[in-house]
Parts: sequence; structure tokens; C-alpha cells
Amino acid sequence: MSENSSLLIKGGRIIDPSSGHDAFGDLLIEGGIISAIEKPGQIPDSRAKKVIPASGKWVLPGLIDAHVHLREPGMEYKETIASGTRAAVSGGFTSVACMANTQPVNDTPYVTAFIRERAKQTAACRVFPIGAASKGLKGEEIAEIGGMIAEGARAISDDGMPIMNSYMMRKVMDYSKAFGVAVISHAEDSFLVGQGAINESAYSNSLGLRGNPAAAEEILVARDIALCRLTRCRLHFAHITTELALEHIRRAKDAGLPVTAEASPHHLLLSEEAVVGYDTNFKMSPPLRGEKDVAALRKALRDGSIDLIATDHAPHGVIEKAVEFDQAANGIIGLETAVAATLKLVHEGALPVMRWVESLTTRPAQLLGIPYGTLKVGSAADVTLIDPDQIWTILEKDIVSKSQNTPFLNQKFKGRVVATILDGKIAYAIEQEGDR
Amino acid sequence: MADSIKHLIAAADLTEKQIRRLLDLARGFGPRVTRGEIIPLLQGKTVVNLFFENSTRTRLSFEQATRKLGGTTMNFSASTSSLSKGETLIDTAKNILAMGPHCLVVRHASAGSPHILSKELTIPVVNAGDGFHEHPTQGLLDVLTMEEKLGTVKGKRVVILGDIAHSRVARSNIHILKKLGASVAVCGPPTLLPPRPEILGVDFAFRPEELLPDADVIMALRIQMERQNRMQIPSVAEYSKIWGMSRERAKLLKPEAIILHPGPINRGVELDPEVADGPRSVILDQVFNGVLIRMAVLASVCAPEKIEEQLKISQSQPGGRHV
Repeated sequence: MSENSSLLIKGGRIIDPSSGHDAFGDLLIEGGIISAIEKPGQIPDSRAKKVIPASGKWVLPGLIDAHVHLREPGMEYKETIASGTRAAVSGGFTSVACMANTQPVNDTPYVTAFIRERAKQTAACRVFPIGAASKGLKGEEIAEIGGMIAEGARAISDDGMPIMNSYMMRKVMDYSKAFGVAVISHAEDSFLVGQGAINESAYSNSLGLRGNPAAAEEILVARDIALCRLTRCRLHFAHITTELALEHIRRAKDAGLPVTAEASPHHLLLSEEAVVGYDTNFKMSPPLRGEKDVAALRKALRDGSIDLIATDHAPHGVIEKAVEFDQAANGIIGLETAVAATLKLVHEGALPVMRWVESLTTRPAQLLGIPYGTLKVGSAADVTLIDPDQIWTILEKDIVSKSQNTPFLNQKFKGRVVATILDGKIAYAIEQEGDR
Repeated sequence: MADSIKHLIAAADLTEKQIRRLLDLARGFGPRVTRGEIIPLLQGKTVVNLFFENSTRTRLSFEQATRKLGGTTMNFSASTSSLSKGETLIDTAKNILAMGPHCLVVRHASAGSPHILSKELTIPVVNAGDGFHEHPTQGLLDVLTMEEKLGTVKGKRVVILGDIAHSRVARSNIHILKKLGASVAVCGPPTLLPPRPEILGVDFAFRPEELLPDADVIMALRIQMERQNRMQIPSVAEYSKIWGMSRERAKLLKPEAIILHPGPINRGVELDPEVADGPRSVILDQVFNGVLIRMAVLASVCAPEKIEEQLKISQSQPGGRHV
């Protein structure tokens, strides 16, 4: 698929956590492969058909989002594999892993194969399906995990529908061991969550909305860690939000259990006070938490207790979001704002840049067992160029996703994806640079 | 006599010497049974088959073994029992005991039932399968069949494939094979392996491809649909695709490797029909050897005084059926 094209990315700051490399240099891509990384000026322009000047830019491995909802098949009015992956590359992502809660659910090898086939025909980036753990996400019968893995599924999850039966969760973890994949847990006790619409706190009290207590997350995190100790299956926690859940995860990691965890940009950047205006773009599952939890989450991302950043990109149409707060669907889109939103933590000095890149590249690559998220010579040329200082505002007209349910609309950011290269080809580049 | 056995409850209780004696005795019976002889070690004795769980072939095999030894059988099955009227296991057994039988062959869905009966009763008890615990005569007949084909199991690699966690057949085989010096590995979906397979003292793998090239014996176990919980395997189709002995997968085996199955086979699930009926399959030999092993066990517990003589006759025999 890679023709004779060649690209020279000149003079950028090349940051690659897979090799620990962080220095200014030139990066040469030939035939879809990263063929050389040298000190600035070492590679003559004549070696490449196209030269991309990158001074002042960061040159990163193509970013990987291990948690998105592409809505196809079945809910194409919200998103499609085509539109969701175009949103991905415009946000700097070259690989995404899509959750199984489509219609039909991705719980058989046939649906997995369909998603892979649609991706091959229509996707703008790499797509790795995540297979359902249980048939129909009902938590009652184990899904055909072996068959889905054979068709290209890279992890197993009933994301959105926590498996409340501990015996069932244990069997899913046991069974998944045969295939070496991680089981991704959406850790919320759904009985305790009940109709909870926002974090249970003074805010839920004063706003008159039902609360979702932090305990709901802590309980399932603690249970799944106990099951991990029992089964030794790889376990990954989606979108962790609470300080006490993080304590459980730290202890599990210290004990050597194969546990990893992710945080979503919105949980790292926003807190529960945002819901005061009843804007449904601040409604998600798990909900935005208090300041103390947000601080704990940032610290955990810094110290590695949170391994990776994943967007939980969850497109919804107007019919799901432009409704009463308690009636509104959970979730927001995130692919196009993740880089800019989380870069704020780097600019503020709350997160070392290498740790930030790692959380968007090598760590999700390890979770999914895919050979991407690296700039090592010889690897596929997935590269993301970022202007860390560009000031920009995300406007509704610029949103590539089919849905616009983002709390970051019209917000000013510092730092922007300027180009995304997939397999050595430019998959996305902004039309003009500078403020707007 | 330390080498004789009073009951046969578990293969785990048997010494290597006891196992060897039972195998030798069974081997000695082989040519005589083939010739149609009755070996009258159970003349005038009655064996009760006390079956609290469905079984066809095991019960028939014990009946045939009793007949070939000149004894008579009484059959009891749960559907015709007084258990539904509230009688306890021990009461039922004592009532039957009052009729004067000489041996009790017990099958029960609850692990430990034969053990409990052996403590309470004055006659020998033979376990014909208790829950997920043991099925010692099956383990013995399997090893008899392996040795018939391979000479000895010592140093041989035996791979048991399937639902190990819920298999009394696997447990009995593992105990016997280890005592005789075989190297054992188990394989199956992790949901159907014991939580820590290493506690069985065997190797394990989740995928058969890792074990097949070195195997001398493959024992495919029945996927127990009746016990199958939908939280353990997603479908029979996925099981057979990943863990079934298909024709393709059988090509990974050494040319001389043999395939056993305790029956009844789910054709196309654990074994492809071509494999079940192919030259490696020794399934029908297992059934014949089952009669011989049950003869050896019944004779050993009911007529221990006559065993030494029988072993001498065995040694003077011109070998087993297949020589």
C-alpha cells in the first residue's frame, strides 16, 4: 500500500518514548517505513520527494486511542467508521480501538470481520475492534472471544455495561487468558449507580440530580483486582475517576498484578462544578468528579499509576443530548480535542512531556498488543506533528465527527495537531497555520 | 497383604505395585475372555451396581465383568430407588446390604459418596465414578490400553484435552500415569482447567498446538453439555474450532501417537469423525479393556485369596490379546 513516496520531516523535536529519544532532528520516511532519524541537517533534502519543515514542532509517534465508540454498525447517524477515523487523524491519532456496543453488538467473529472489512474500505486510520465479553453485553453468556480474536479483535470488554455477576467476570478473565488479551473493565457497580446522573456530592444535592457515588467505581475496581489476583488475566480499567480507586490500582501494581488503567481527558481537565448549567455535554459515565479526585487523577497519570490517556470518544446525536439533563445520554466526543486538552497539563508543568507522549503511544500499543506508537527505524511510518504553542479555538464548523457533543466547543487551546502521517502518507494537515 | 486392595475408591490411594498387579491381572484375563472362557472367581457371589447417576456403558461393563467371573449382578438406579421417598444414602445401602451381596459398585454425582459408603459398610466398595472426583476403573482401563499400544507408559507424554476441571476421568488418569512414570499435560479452555493446573503436578497449556507435537497419547474428554454452563465456553462451535481434534490438528501428531476418548463422543466436537474412526483411535479397545479391568478389580476385592494364583496363570499366558 505504500508506494515510492518519501517524506523528510526536518528540524522538529523528535520525541519517542519507545527509545527514550528526545532531541531535535530530521526524520526520513521511505516506502511507508521510518528509514532514518538523524541530527538536524544530516539528511539531504534530495533524499525525499517532499520536505516538511518542522522547526518549532514536536514530532511524535502516531497517537493511539484505546477507547473510542465508532457507532458502526447500527448507529451511523451518530458516527461511522469513516467519520470517526477522520476525526481521529485530525486529532493526531493513527490507531483507534473501538468498543463493542454497536448494533448488532460486536460479540461474534462475523461482526468483528465486518468492522475490519468496513475499516479496510472506509477508515482514515488503523482500526482495532474490541470484542464483547458477553453475548449482547448482557453479562450472562461468554461471547465467542476466540473467534473474535482470530478476526482481529485486540481486547475484550463490555464497556458501558459493567459485568455485575462476579462469577461471569471471573470466567471472562479465565477464558481470555487463552488468547493473551486484556479484559477491559468499565468499573461501576450499576446497582449502586442506579439512575445517578452526576457525581454524588453537594452538587447533586443542590442541583436536584440523582448522584452516582465514587463508591460505585471503588467497589468494582476492588472486585476486579481480586479477580485478577485469582485468574492472573491481564486487566485494564477504562476511565478511572476516583482517588480511592487509584489507591486500589496502585496496590495491585505494587503486588505485581497485570493491571493497567486509563484516564479520559475530560476527567483530567474538568470537575463536577461544570454541570451547574445543566449542559448535557458535561454528562458522562463515570461522571465528572470533585477537585480532589481530579488532582489525584493528574498525579496518578504523572506517576504512572494511570498508564494511558484514552478519549472514550462517544458521539451522540441531538436527539440524545438536546434533552433534559437526567434524560440525556452519557458521553462526549474526544478525538479532536484530546491532544490540545491534555497538553495543558504539560504546559502547566503537571506532566513531563515524555510521560504525556507515552500515555498516548507506547502504553496503549502495549495494551492492544500492536506494533505501532513508535518511531524506531524500520517501523511503520505513523507520525504526528504538533505545534505545541499554537493558540486556536475549536469551532462547531471545524468538527469532523458526525456529532458535536463536546464540552470544549469554542474553548481556546494552546497546542495543536498540524499533521498526521499514516503509513508514510499524509492523512491530515491543517490548511493554514497561525491564530484564528 | 499390602498389595491387595479392600475397596477401590480412588486411584490416588493406589500404590504403583497395586496398579501393576491390577494391570497384570487384566492382561492375563484378556486371551481367556477372547476365547469365551468363564473364570469363576466370583462363583456364587453377587455384585450390586448402585447407580445414582445415569450410565450405560460403565454399568454394562461391570455387569459383563461380573458375568465373565461367574457372578451375578443386581442393578439399582436412582429412578427406581427409595431416595425420592426421603431415604438417606447410607440407609439405602444398608437395606441392599441386608440382601447379602458381596460387593457394591457405586456411581454417584456427589464426590466422596463411595468413600462414605466404604466407611459404613462391611463389604467391598468399588467407585464407578463420583462427581468430579475420580473414576478409577476408567483410569486403569485407559492406561491398560496405552500400554497395550505403546509397551509401557513410563517416559511417555500423555496429553489430556478438554474439560479437566469437571473430569473424574482426568483426575484418575493423572494419578495413575504419574505413579507409572508418564509425563502428563492437560489442555483446554482456561475456564475448564482447574484454577491452578500446576497443583495437579502436571504441565498445562491453553492451546493444543503447544502440546501435540510431543504427545504419544492424546486423551480427548467429552465436553459435558449436561454440566456445561454458558459462562464457561461460548459455543460448541468455538470449542471445536480451538480445542477439537480436527483432521488438521491431528497432522501435528507423531505418526505413532494414539487417541483415546472415554466416550460417549460428541462427533465433530471433541473429535472429527475421521479422527475418531481413524487408525490412531483406540476407542473400541478401551471398551474391551474396560471389561478386563473391572474383572481384575472385582476379583481383587471379592476374592483376594485367589489373586496370586491368577497372576501366575497370567504370567504363563502367551501375552495379551494383541500379541
